[in-house]
Amino acid sequence: MAANPMSQFNVYRIGPEIKVGDIDISFTNASLFMVISTITILLIFNFGAKRNSVIPSKIQLLGELSYSFISKMISDTAGSKAKPYFSFIFSLFMFVLFCNMLGMIPYTFTVTSHIIVTFVLAAFIFIGVTIIGFIKHGFGYLKLFVPSGVPMVLLPLIVIIEIISYLSRPISLSVRLFANMMAGHTMMKVFGSFVVSLGIVGGWLPLSFSVALTGLEILVAFLQAYVFAILTCIYLNDALNLHH
Amino acid sequence: MFKQIIFKSLVVYFLSVNLIQAAESGGMPQLDPEFWYSQIFWLVITFGILYLVLSKIILPKISDNLEIRKSQVLDNLELAEKQRNDSEAKLKEFDNIILKSKIEAKNLFNESRQKLLNDINKKKEKLDEEIDKELKIVEAEIEELKNKSPEKINKIAIETSTDLINQLIGASVNNSSITAIVTDVSNKNKTL
Repeated sequence: MAANPMSQFNVYRIGPEIKVGDIDISFTNASLFMVISTITILLIFNFGAKRNSVIPSKIQLLGELSYSFISKMISDTAGSKAKPYFSFIFSLFMFVLFCNMLGMIPYTFTVTSHIIVTFVLAAFIFIGVTIIGFIKHGFGYLKLFVPSGVPMVLLPLIVIIEIISYLSRPISLSVRLFANMMAGHTMMKVFGSFVVSLGIVGGWLPLSFSVALTGLEILVAFLQAYVFAILTCIYLNDALNLHH
Repeated sequence: MFKQIIFKSLVVYFLSVNLIQAAESGGMPQLDPEFWYSQIFWLVITFGILYLVLSKIILPKISDNLEIRKSQVLDNLELAEKQRNDSEAKLKEFDNIILKSKIEAKNLFNESRQKLLNDINKKKEKLDEEIDKELKIVEAEIEELKNKSPEKINKIAIETSTDLINQLIGASVNNSSITAIVTDVSNKNKTL
């Protein structure tokens, strides 16, 4: 079982089976790591927000730097109108980041390596952004699909392409995160099993590769959280400021 | 470049072998819908709590902290600027005071020098006067003595000459004739 690189993605029940009607909502290892991520984020930022000194402590600095980092990201990509959605994007970024990062610890479970989790997040963002767009612009939001300055001949084609690209947003958003996390963790597992199978004679190469891969995966974990958040900002920007 | 391609294809091969093995032994657990509802449910719960706590409690605090720090830093800068201006003004005042006191000291010095010079001059004049007076008295005395001395000399000369004549020739000579001779001689001397 340990040799199977996909077994790390298995979800299993922790504790009793909980059923609401026909739906199974038992507490699983995935739920456990969602809870751990949430608690970690809340603890870190709670300590980071607690005391206020002119020269911040390390944990306070962490909180404030994250705050200004995301606030700058939002204002750069979506402008000042996106201020009300700051908390959501902050939570989103932190949730994805901490799920990714906690997944880098051996023997943990990576919540974001499950398509259903990333898809629910992406679908929520997609639906939310669409609703915001329609609230802000009414049916004028449909102008998003009609770029200006396109020859009349090409217009039907362009509109179809735009609609398809718009509708594929949740899929691309969710699959990007899920595939990155799954591929990275699978690779690490595969190279780890190479180290074991090649033994002390030939195991050094995959081991060194594994070390390099760990660094890369930490980078990817951060980058994917960042990409997830910034794409959310860009979609939000489309909904808030109709530029086309 | 070539090595890299070989290496990459090897990696892909091993990966695909592993993935195929995995697929054979049950496939990707991600695509098994058994726990999908549970994951959705717990995602909504945890993310909801995270969002609520962050947006209602923690983020406003951090934002406040940042604002407070910003205003505090601005205040401090302002205060520092003010204090700098104050100290500059004080420095100027201090310089002025030093300049003033220097001038004053100069004045005082000059005044006292003048006073001293005056005093010295006065005393000098007084001394000069006194010296002049003394000199005049002394000169008068000398004059008197001078005036009196020829008579005395004549007298002495007459006496000595009478004595000499007396001893030489043993006879007293008429005083008046001697006197006449002496006065004559002394007059001759005077004219000489």
